Amino acid sequence: MTTLSTKDKKVVKAFWAKVSGQGEEIGTDAVARMLRVYPQTKTYFSHWKDRSASSPDVKKHGRTVMAGVGDAVAKIDDLKGGLLNLSELHAFTLRVDPANFKILSHNLLVVMATMLPNDFTPEVHVSMDKFLAAVALALSEKYR
Amino acid sequence: MVVWTDFERSTIQDIFSKMDYEVVGPAALTRCLIVYPWTQRYFGNFGNLYNAAAIMGNPMVAKHGTTILHGLDRGVKNMDDLKTTYAELSVLHSEKLHVDPDNFKLLSDCLTIVVAAKLGKAFTGEVQAAFQKFLAVVVSSLGRQYH
Repeated sequence: MTTLSTKDKKVVKAFWAKVSGQGEEIGTDAVARMLRVYPQTKTYFSHWKDRSASSPDVKKHGRTVMAGVGDAVAKIDDLKGGLLNLSELHAFTLRVDPANFKILSHNLLVVMATMLPNDFTPEVHVSMDKFLAAVALALSEKYR
Repeated sequence: MVVWTDFERSTIQDIFSKMDYEVVGPAALTRCLIVYPWTQRYFGNFGNLYNAAAIMGNPMVAKHGTTILHGLDRGVKNMDDLKTTYAELSVLHSEKLHVDPDNFKLLSDCLTIVVAAKLGKAFTGEVQAAFQKFLAVVVSSLGRQYH
């Protein structure tokens, strides 16, 4: 389900090159949408006073998430090894239920579609979806 | 009973009234068949689905995409009784078509992305929430008669 083909990796890297300049915007928008459209995700951020799209906490977290995704693109040939530290963080400290990775992935794809409608073709969509699923799997490595 | 806010109602009506079902329907279904290829299992008699280009050029897929959107249109016109509106279609998808209800969610996600691409910045978080809520209720109604 999550073996990335050579074509997938090529497509992901090419698309990432197009969007990485707007990384902060994408990350912030995706996190904000996740909190709005899937309210159960707010339970992980009860320590934030402001969970709206304009909140500085949301912006900061969007930046953090996108930096992680960018890191994953760079380490696309060995996600399990490359994301080991992040996996430990999510497993032992954050303990985010892995179902939420799917939710954030969906919102990242929605944002990409709104920002680059002509570039986010079905072929790019399937490779990005596979990539984000592989990242999610790597992040859940250390859970149990 | 689902409670719709005024914003949700007007947002759904607005999106669908401005939508070209013959463009969006095929776009959503082709995307679903490409991104989630196992969904092709339900379209064995649709001919050539061998690659993305074939799927995107397939007239049976296009026609069915439009059919699906017209099915959604029924829900748009009956937002206060989606359960009853989709009872018959639910039985059809369960008893005759034998579609795994998880597939409804996959198609919903693809439709959301197609609409997001179409509306761009206008597809705000609030609009997305309303749209996905509507689709979630439709999906739930379609799964109700399964047993």
